[in-house]
Amino acid sequence: MTNVTSEGKDFNPKILAFSTNNISDPGIDLAGSSHLHYPPGVMVMSMPCTSGIKPEWVLYAVEKGFDGVFIAADGEECAYLPDCAERTTHMIKRAQAMLQQKGYDPQRLRMSAICSVCAGPFTSQIKEFHQTLKNLGPARKE
Amino acid sequence: MSDRRIGVYICHCGGNISDYVNVETVRQAVANEPGVVVAKTAMFSCSDATQQEMIQDIREQNLDGLVVASCSPKLHLPTFREVARRAGLNPYRYTQVNIREQCSWTHTNDHAGATEKAVRLVRAGIARTNLTDPLQPIVIDTVPAVLVVGAGIAGLRAAVGLADLGLSVYLVEKSPNPGGRVGGLGAMYPHGKNGRQLIDRLVGEVRKRELVTLFTNAEMVAKSGTIGSFNVKIRVGGKAPGEISVDVGAIVVATGFDNYQPAAGEYGYGMDGVITLPEFKKLLDGTAGELEYNGRQVKDIVYIYCVGSRQQGGENPNKYCSRYCCNAAVHASLQVSEKSPRAHQFHLYRDVRTYGKYELMYNEAREKGAVFCAFGRDEPPGVASGPDGKLVVTVRDLLTYGEELAIPADLVVLVTGMVPAANSGLTELLKLPLGQDRFFNEIHPKLRPVETMVDGVFICGTCQGPKNSSESVASALAAVSQGASILKKGYVELEPLIAEVDPQACDLCGDCLNTCPYSAIEQDTAAIRINSAQCKGCGGCAPVCPKGAINLKGYTDSQVKSMIDALLKEI
Repeated sequence: MTNVTSEGKDFNPKILAFSTNNISDPGIDLAGSSHLHYPPGVMVMSMPCTSGIKPEWVLYAVEKGFDGVFIAADGEECAYLPDCAERTTHMIKRAQAMLQQKGYDPQRLRMSAICSVCAGPFTSQIKEFHQTLKNLGPARKE
Repeated sequence: MSDRRIGVYICHCGGNISDYVNVETVRQAVANEPGVVVAKTAMFSCSDATQQEMIQDIREQNLDGLVVASCSPKLHLPTFREVARRAGLNPYRYTQVNIREQCSWTHTNDHAGATEKAVRLVRAGIARTNLTDPLQPIVIDTVPAVLVVGAGIAGLRAAVGLADLGLSVYLVEKSPNPGGRVGGLGAMYPHGKNGRQLIDRLVGEVRKRELVTLFTNAEMVAKSGTIGSFNVKIRVGGKAPGEISVDVGAIVVATGFDNYQPAAGEYGYGMDGVITLPEFKKLLDGTAGELEYNGRQVKDIVYIYCVGSRQQGGENPNKYCSRYCCNAAVHASLQVSEKSPRAHQFHLYRDVRTYGKYELMYNEAREKGAVFCAFGRDEPPGVASGPDGKLVVTVRDLLTYGEELAIPADLVVLVTGMVPAANSGLTELLKLPLGQDRFFNEIHPKLRPVETMVDGVFICGTCQGPKNSSESVASALAAVSQGASILKKGYVELEPLIAEVDPQACDLCGDCLNTCPYSAIEQDTAAIRINSAQCKGCGGCAPVCPKGAINLKGYTDSQVKSMIDALLKEI
């Protein structure tokens, strides 16, 4: 199997995507049910709400070998918190500052609102992010 | 190392997974993960046989953790938690890994990539399971009452069904009268019964039941609470306007559909003599003798099918089939044959979907002389005015080798379909997800057909998608069974995956106290605690704590980090 963290034209970024159980994860499921393709280096971890993501997790993921972290947020649709988007944005700023402090490009963290039927938008966003990370190269320089 | 005893099952899903993911490779790659004592593949994990095998393994191997790598947890998380429970294993020590929607189905073009990803995902599930604790669900008493929104045929039938099971029902109807679309119909297919009379009988049944309160001119304006215990505000208009507050355990949404309204000029709509199917139906139902339109005898009728359905382009195309309109048009055609036996009837269709026994109706229409012509989707018929005040419909008929026909018509009936009812306020209020076709979305069309992503809120009838009246009633009864099965038990069990404070790490700084809109975080002199009845389990408070003392159960620091490690482990 290919070593996906190696540099060069075969570099295939690994992306950790945080989704939410009720809104964006069904959207990502729908991408699969519709047989839309995105790179298999994208791995999804579902949470109740993206405002519960600790910025430390983002840094941890990048330090351990993910090349980027994608937050599939609920946007205005969050059933829990009316200010979910604000909270998640705040968390992202903290996480980006942490990344930058450790010498990682803050572009390695991206957020986008993905709704429960946003199969197409998720696929195009994640592919675009994948390309951005490909251009940035691996997060960890061995 | 782990001293856990975890069973891992990797599902073929009959090929849905194993056609793209080498499940045996995955099994071998995870069999020696920490804590794993059983690793198997299964053709269908959700089958009774495999469920039995899991239960046997859990008991015989004394398993204390369970991982099933199969479809989306939306589908089978409850199934396998139940398997765990039946085997005596705490259900919260179960982890579902989604290797279908989020792996095999989305990487159908990359089998090696999909297999490698599946290994990573299953390892992460195992890592999470290693760190699960047995949890007890939060039990909430339920209110034995249901709010039914919409008093059309589905809402009325649901109200009767719920009342017969001993539940109180608040039936809320926006318009001044109950009955909805069916209440406006005369003879209906396939039984020939009169819609108005059907509704009158049903309203009579509702009135007989003291448990049902019907509000007309009324609308739900606010909703709070969760499954088992919602508080709903109903604004009632009419003669004595006011707002009523009721407590209910569940909500059934039966808000129906709107008829597709053709744009001006669409198949000549707007020209004299071009009408929609509902307009035609009204004309038919109101005619006792021979059919007349604007004082003129109707001798030639042309039906154009699939208007507003199965659209290919445009801004918001209705790509779906509206399901009821072929049958309704054929039935209308039979009504015409009775009233005006000498009328010529031409049905221009793309495909005829008179499914099931309705096929008999289609045959009868043909036997009575109706002519069916097929047109291609790229060559829709044209409607223009012709001589003698008639209309002329031109069509290339695919059944006669593409012959061009010009059919004179007194009436052109546009066989229009159903569109989602305009009720964005309700969508907003209930936070109900919409499907691709913009109708309310069920969790699964076959497995959980009347449940929604919002626990305790059920959908039925045509607010969910096109249906005929009997299908609407069937789904209303399904919603009754689902709703009642929760409320008759008297309690619901909620996810115990709520926040917790580590008293060792907490220094009582109080930063978290104002972050919870549900007031679930409480402080006294000695400690900060989470109120388990208030906490919704969103985890929004967790990143706020500067000491990292708050964790959401099931998504703890150590679980998330161990999952990240497992996802990245060398293949």
